[in-house]
Amino acid sequence: MNKAVNPNELQPEGDYGPLYASRKKVYPQSVSGSFRRIKWGLMAFCLGVYYLLPFVRWNRGLGAPNQAVLIDLPNSRFYFFFIELWPQEVYYFTGLLIVAAVALFLMNSIGGRIWCGYLCPQTVWTDLFYAVERLIEGDRRERMKKDASADPMKLERISEIVLKHSIWLLIAWWTGGAWVLYFNDAPTLVKELVTFQGPMIAYIWIGILTATTYLLAGYMREQVCTYMCPWPRIQAALTDEWALNVTYRYDRGEKRTSVKKAAELRALGEQVGDCVDCYQCVAVCPTGIDIRNGPQLECIQCGLCIDACDTVMKKIGRPTRLIAYDNDINIQRRQEGKPPIYRIVRPRTVIYSAMIVAVGGIMLYALLTRSLLDVNVLHDRNPIAVKLSDGSIRNAYTVRLLNKRGFDRVIAIDVDGPVNATVHVVGVDSVTPDRPMIVIGRDQTAELRLLVTAPAEQNPEKSIPVHFHVTDIGLGEVATATDNFVAP
Amino acid sequence: MTDHGEIDHVSGKSTTGHEWDGIKELNTPLPRWWLITFYLTIIWAIGYWIVYPAWPLISTNTTGLFGYSTRASLAVELANLEAVRGEKMAALAKASLAEIEKDPALLALARAKGRTVFGDNCAPCHGSGAAGAKGFPNLNDDDWLWGGTLDQIMQTIQYGARSGHAKTHEGQMLAFGKDGVLKPDEIVTVANYVRSLSGLPTRQGYDAAKGEKIFTENCVACHGDGGKGNAELGAPNLTDKIWLYGSDEATLIETISQGRSGVMPAWDGRLDPATLKAMAVYVHSLGGGK
Repeated sequence: MNKAVNPNELQPEGDYGPLYASRKKVYPQSVSGSFRRIKWGLMAFCLGVYYLLPFVRWNRGLGAPNQAVLIDLPNSRFYFFFIELWPQEVYYFTGLLIVAAVALFLMNSIGGRIWCGYLCPQTVWTDLFYAVERLIEGDRRERMKKDASADPMKLERISEIVLKHSIWLLIAWWTGGAWVLYFNDAPTLVKELVTFQGPMIAYIWIGILTATTYLLAGYMREQVCTYMCPWPRIQAALTDEWALNVTYRYDRGEKRTSVKKAAELRALGEQVGDCVDCYQCVAVCPTGIDIRNGPQLECIQCGLCIDACDTVMKKIGRPTRLIAYDNDINIQRRQEGKPPIYRIVRPRTVIYSAMIVAVGGIMLYALLTRSLLDVNVLHDRNPIAVKLSDGSIRNAYTVRLLNKRGFDRVIAIDVDGPVNATVHVVGVDSVTPDRPMIVIGRDQTAELRLLVTAPAEQNPEKSIPVHFHVTDIGLGEVATATDNFVAP
Repeated sequence: MTDHGEIDHVSGKSTTGHEWDGIKELNTPLPRWWLITFYLTIIWAIGYWIVYPAWPLISTNTTGLFGYSTRASLAVELANLEAVRGEKMAALAKASLAEIEKDPALLALARAKGRTVFGDNCAPCHGSGAAGAKGFPNLNDDDWLWGGTLDQIMQTIQYGARSGHAKTHEGQMLAFGKDGVLKPDEIVTVANYVRSLSGLPTRQGYDAAKGEKIFTENCVACHGDGGKGNAELGAPNLTDKIWLYGSDEATLIETISQGRSGVMPAWDGRLDPATLKAMAVYVHSLGGGK
């Protein structure tokens, strides 16, 4: 067998050395300040929306679900407040995805990775898990000490670990639980789940999301951002010299010296930087990087290092914001003695905003003007046309009527195409000849077999267009579909 | 593998001591987790041999510990399927043909069931869309040899035509030429007369009066006065625009000379009553039903 050799110890001349570095566990220190407050606020907001939204009610009338946001898979309906979408309308989600992507670009061109630092679920839940860990095991130093301790585990320590994981699992479990509530009536499902009467699929999904939340927020943490997430790679291509990023103002910070030495040197009139090399920015960083090394892939730009640095700057009586949301242009300008400029209105931001407005506008227009009565027609292709004994021609169609309103409707079908054509719906004896009337239930579709017969002599062409007009005889709402009438 | 204790500096691994042209082989055994998985699969396979039917013997096979058989589980699944469908099919079996057509839910069920059964049993002759072919009637049009009401269609499906079933439709188009009843020139004349019945052009100089006379003497018995046909005998209407075998002179001469006797098989006993009903309703709803 091969001997266990630590490649790190092997550094003979001419070798490249190990190309692999194992993970160093990150112990972010607690911090307070304006960005931390923003983060707490956004976390509360995001989690609040996620956990409570399924319980918001929305009155849609008798018989319809009264949940404001509901993905009703068995009945193929999606409810979002006043919007009800049918499966054939899922293209709205395409629009939504486009808006989401462009919004991400826009955020990025204005304030860097705001998404990563404040809103990304990975960040929000990891932050929550860190808060729990800190509460139970103490802050950075204590946690590091406890992890490094070689002592046999004491009961106190064991109970700490058990408590931490229990709370983590509880949060993870409730995260999965909230997820399934979006797919069923929330209060009913909660009752079913608690009494073990819920559907198996709900338990399976709760299990899956409990596991992913627990693993991703409890163990993977910053590794998700660094190794798994594609966004850091993409955003590097989207950022530009105007975008505000969490930046170490090296022009102000360098050279780094201790407080004492800096005071001495300043007294002598020498130039020294404000950075006192206290490593507070590194200690609080949830991805474990040193922001003073410049913009980095791992940086999620949460601004916690800004808070940490500001605290120190205040303590030593230097101006705050040695680390700040800034860009390279302004560092350059400050060095040249010019005032900083921030340009939010730039071609890039204008184009992104215009795209969001355009796509959003198209979606809203389509949503507001969409028909709640719809008709789809499919021509029979086998046979495509039938010759009857008196020589007239008949074409058969499969007609699907969609009633998206919350009440039953009487629909009349008119056909406009071949001269002197007659219409018959199989299984329906019409009171009015040549104008079949059908009742469709609310929120339903009806599939009909429709026969159109035309005398051959007056319709000599091989194929002529035929229009199917369906009219709600109560509301006067009309929908039309066009197909062809074919001669054999 | 023997460990020669020599360490390769680049990778930090020991070598096996094997060397070819200065290239040394590293000692890289399979990872333990991989080996364990591999051994587990072997154990699993042995367990599988014992638990499930696996070994073919000369005339039989090992049956496994619990006697599991895919055939038996298939039978169970089929039985479950029957149980699931049973209720709906029972409703279909109970309702009359007219009731089925009046009830939208039953009509939809019958049409769906009928379409599948039609595809399996009828499509070889009538085509997948029931458009028919030469000699095989189009079931979408309104011309019916044996009648196009729901009950008539049901009867034709159940007992067939010239099928040999006791209750089958009987009726034959005689071979007037082959049997020597009509002479060749008479056949040409009557063929042209038949074409004139449905308004088709006739051969120049043909004797219409003679044609009518031949028709009256030989054809009216089955095809009726004026050639309007007779559904009792399956005699087609000769005055309409639909021709089962073709309306051109040559085809008509062949029909009159050789006769026709297409066969529709009887489906009674081969398909259960509910399925037969579904098929009748489906065919009727294609559009040609009266």
